[in-house]
Amino acid sequence: MTFQANVSDAMSDATSNAATGPASAKEPEMMLAVEHVSLSFGGVKAITDISFDIHKGEIRAIIGPNGAGKTSMLNVINGFYHPQEGTIYWQGKVRRRMKPHEAAKSGIARTFQNVALFKGMSTLDNVMTGRGLKMKSNFFWQCIHKGPALCEENEHRAKVEEIIDFLEIQHIRNKPVGKLPYGLQKRVELARALAMEPDLLLLDEPMAGMNLEEKEDMSRFIIETNQRYGTTIALIEHDMGVVMDLSDRVVVLDYGKKIGDGPPAEVQANQEVIDAYLGVSH
Amino acid sequence: MFYRETGQFKTNYSDDRAIFPIAQDRYGIMILLAIAFFVIPFTVDDYWGNAIFLPLLIYALIAMGLNVLVGYCGQISLGTAAFMAVGSYASFKLMTSFPGLDFSIVVLMSGLITAVVGSLFGLPSLRIKGFYLAVATLAAQFFIIWLVNKVEWFYNYSATGQINAPERTALMFPVTGPNAPILYKYFFCLIIVVLAALVTKNIVRGRIGRQWMAIRDMDIAAELIGVRPLTTKLSAFAVSSFLIGMGGALYFGVWLGAAEPTEAFGIDQSFLILFMIIVGGLGTILGSFLGAAFLWLFPIAFKNFMVDGLGLSTAMSEHLQIILMGGLIIFFLIVEPHGLARLWQITKEKLRIWPFPH
Repeated sequence: MTFQANVSDAMSDATSNAATGPASAKEPEMMLAVEHVSLSFGGVKAITDISFDIHKGEIRAIIGPNGAGKTSMLNVINGFYHPQEGTIYWQGKVRRRMKPHEAAKSGIARTFQNVALFKGMSTLDNVMTGRGLKMKSNFFWQCIHKGPALCEENEHRAKVEEIIDFLEIQHIRNKPVGKLPYGLQKRVELARALAMEPDLLLLDEPMAGMNLEEKEDMSRFIIETNQRYGTTIALIEHDMGVVMDLSDRVVVLDYGKKIGDGPPAEVQANQEVIDAYLGVSH
Repeated sequence: MFYRETGQFKTNYSDDRAIFPIAQDRYGIMILLAIAFFVIPFTVDDYWGNAIFLPLLIYALIAMGLNVLVGYCGQISLGTAAFMAVGSYASFKLMTSFPGLDFSIVVLMSGLITAVVGSLFGLPSLRIKGFYLAVATLAAQFFIIWLVNKVEWFYNYSATGQINAPERTALMFPVTGPNAPILYKYFFCLIIVVLAALVTKNIVRGRIGRQWMAIRDMDIAAELIGVRPLTTKLSAFAVSSFLIGMGGALYFGVWLGAAEPTEAFGIDQSFLILFMIIVGGLGTILGSFLGAAFLWLFPIAFKNFMVDGLGLSTAMSEHLQIILMGGLIIFFLIVEPHGLARLWQITKEKLRIWPFPH
């Protein structure tokens, strides 16, 4: 029963975290809330009547077995899918139906389960692309590449270098990302998302397919991002040890329904969650 | 041994993102430009100018235009020759309607007109991708050629259906028409091509270029980091068509002097230019030049060798050339699928550490 071993392990960590965690400080401010959201593709119900919220500055984990609707949920949040029912509140206001690039503009960044980097470009260019929304110089100056365009380019380069330093990917700065090992690609993807300076960062399985050392590195980066930049993070992850250690609150989905929500310790004790993960005899 | 960047330190970001960050490259391109500007024009005769240098420059410009669209933004187009035709007919109409207009302005305006038409035919790219888009651009190829053939206004109701370039000047120097000296024609094309290459390079290394490449490599991820597909794709179509349109104006006005739509702008022209950028290297400015050089110069060199050197008949050499050309294209694509530009890049990387293997 490795799961239960993890559970008891993580539980002690979680309780010690809870005392110092940012969310527990005072009355939390709402970053995003979904209320009674349902999403279906034809007859397939991906998400059924799910409500949860994400507080400002917290790390919120979304867990659940395969096919539970976790990624669909992220896709709803960043505007890629449009739910048939339900409301999404973004920073206190009802959010109208929006396209992905509009969601990006409003401050939502994300990484993907299967790495979605721009393979033909170098690490530096990938991260620079993440700054695109903040760059304003017009077409004319871009053609000459002098004056405002060059200033802007250098300004953002400085910011990008800061992120590259932060994630310790200096040595691969000029390498094409297609040739990098998987763990580094994941890190570059995080760098690209961070370059947007998002308010809310969605991480879809940031640690999938990594070894222990890479997982530890990635966990460190996630916590540091949260603490240093104050970025609110929502993450999907299957490694329970990581989830329980990192997150302030956890929401559990199964077959498109919410079956648990609360601090890690509480979720672990939830019988329904245990059943969903371990299975029950019928 | 000579190609080392040891001791060349960059102290600011501007230096680091220069077009040629390595000093040897800078000297190399300066020497090349010096030859192009100060040696070639004064040694070139009519044959070399008309058969080699003019088409080389013009095809490089057009290939660069297509490379923006296919190589940088990842939108496949088979309608290149049609956009060349738009540029050519636009320049023809401008030259005949406004006889006093400077030819450099005519070229720029032809580019702009083509950019508008190109963006219009780029609209389907918002919905369809890949091979399906390629087929959609074929519609441009057939429709535009049919249109300029059918509507007499485009060729000024001439009896033959041909268009002929009248004599026009650029900054007082005659550059079009049968009596324009090759020196002026060459300089005119060279200046336009060098400027176009510089501007295109600037665009692709800045924000817009990165967004094009983002759409090319992973369009969904691009959208989720805030790249707008509509403006990005259409801007690629516009810039690409602008370059192709200018190329078309030079192709007809300066080089050919007379054009008949189905011959000068047939689909084989579209394919020729697509081959140029595939063999030269997709997504590189250098590749457009190398590809144009390879696909234009090789057949001429081969023909001269076969006919004058070995004494074969012209038809025989033509057939052999087609066989050899096809074989060579396949050979190059197997050796280096990313084209001649990548081959050159690998050579440079090897040179850096020469004589050591690692």
